[in-house]
Amino acid sequence: MEGGETRTDGNAIAGVLQEVFVREVTTSRIACAGCGNVEPIGAEHAYTQAPGIVLRCRNCDTVLLVVTQAPGRNVLAFPRSRWIEIATD
Amino acid sequence: MARAAVLGRLNWTLGEVTELIDETPRVRSIVLDVANWPGHRAGQHVDVRLTAEDGYQAQRSYSIASAPEDSRLAITVELLPDGEVSSYLFGELRRGDQLELRGPIGGYFVWEASKGGPLLLVGGGSGIVPLMSMLRHREAAGGSVGARLVYSSRSLDDVIYRDELQELSAGSNGPEVFHTLTRSQPPGWTGYARRVDGAMLSETAWPASSSATAFMCGPTPFVESVATALVLLGYPATSVKTERFGPTGG
Amino acid sequence: MGRISRGFRGRRSSEADASRLPPGQYRVDPDFPVLSAGPTPHTPLEQWTFSIVGEVAEPKTWSWEEFRALPSEEIRTDIHCVTKWSKLDTMWEGVAIDTLLDGVEHVATHVLAFSDGDYTANVPLEDLVDGKAWVAFAFDGQPLEDEHGGPARLLVPHLYFWKSAKWVRGLRMMDHEEPGFWESYGYHIYGDPWREQRYWGD
Repeated sequence: MEGGETRTDGNAIAGVLQEVFVREVTTSRIACAGCGNVEPIGAEHAYTQAPGIVLRCRNCDTVLLVVTQAPGRNVLAFPRSRWIEIATD
Repeated sequence: MARAAVLGRLNWTLGEVTELIDETPRVRSIVLDVANWPGHRAGQHVDVRLTAEDGYQAQRSYSIASAPEDSRLAITVELLPDGEVSSYLFGELRRGDQLELRGPIGGYFVWEASKGGPLLLVGGGSGIVPLMSMLRHREAAGGSVGARLVYSSRSLDDVIYRDELQELSAGSNGPEVFHTLTRSQPPGWTGYARRVDGAMLSETAWPASSSATAFMCGPTPFVESVATALVLLGYPATSVKTERFGPTGG
Repeated sequence: MGRISRGFRGRRSSEADASRLPPGQYRVDPDFPVLSAGPTPHTPLEQWTFSIVGEVAEPKTWSWEEFRALPSEEIRTDIHCVTKWSKLDTMWEGVAIDTLLDGVEHVATHVLAFSDGDYTANVPLEDLVDGKAWVAFAFDGQPLEDEHGGPARLLVPHLYFWKSAKWVRGLRMMDHEEPGFWESYGYHIYGDPWREQRYWGD
């Protein structure tokens, strides 16, 4: 990982999020508590080259979700997201 | 099938490597036989995990290149400089080996022919892979949905699936394919020879009034400049779907 | 654990320097992985300041020129990331926290380092003083690159490297412990690599 931007998007964390939510959530909309912007998770900015995964609002960079993984458990944190809307198909 | 892809735990499973196809000098497709593969939708990816004998693990995501209708699952991998995983997939992996993977994964960056079109696909480098799955699916579904592909590569030798794209576009229902070669062009080249920009898209993309859905995939800066350009051309933001490759590939 | 991939070794150095590697770590030299929780900040040096705030008699701030005028030293040390890679004998140049705290009256027992981009990391005060930590501005003889935390980052090599906050802008002196970014979301409050304190509950 020499140089370059470390940013990808919510598609890159679809697998990890499915571990946590036990379903696909990249089409689920998430609301930013920083600027109010609402986007599908797949469209938001994701940083995966880190001790955990950080999902940031693509409009204002506010941290929406953080996922950290340790043996035997995942922690899902919602630092500054207001809600996530998940389809019940 | 769509339901199975949406709900439930992702489990690691094994795929047997049945074929290795060298697409370009640095790009290879890996065809896999996965027991009980639930099927996938065009645009989805798999996570691949390598484990060394001492337990060290490395994991990467690779877009599925094959169409949902294909009987064989294929991923396409680019060899990256200093790529820990890609160098293994290129240098070591053989037919008959087992590759640990889970999937299919994703729901945002997917297209099904039943959703209609027209379709605008913009790919940079190995970003073509999920778009190729969409084009192969479109072909298998009868090709009635209008489709245009704008595909940026460094040179003609770097164009992945070159012959297949030629064949597809030659068909009566085929997609329109616009190549742009950014670093070097063969003698007599009459196509585009620069990075994808607003002017190129205004000449190649469906007009904003066509209600096209646009999918773009490639390195982050590429995807973002294309997305911005399409929005400036009038595409609603909700019709512009992006998938950025970060430095995770490797 | 996953199924062993025939012939896979990964990009780790083959040399085993076991005594210098904390449990569970491996060397990646000469690589220096870039890990980041957000976009790389690019604060212009004319706007950069470093501050000591919080439980202090008087907050203190340095501009970049003032900071660079402080006595600095070369540091040669090993660093250990919680994601399991380590680099041995890394070379830095920086200002000791002892120098920055010299003359600062405070009643603090803990510190929350804060950075551009809203990143924070908590460290007990005693782990920053007596020659244990610096604000580093050079790596390998060159000015610290943006992606590695430049113009200046905290350097606390005896703890996992997430504590060495990139793009550091100051220290908040506290009379109690408060978890920083990663500590709030699953990582160990202290982070001693030699006791493999990676996660909550370790």
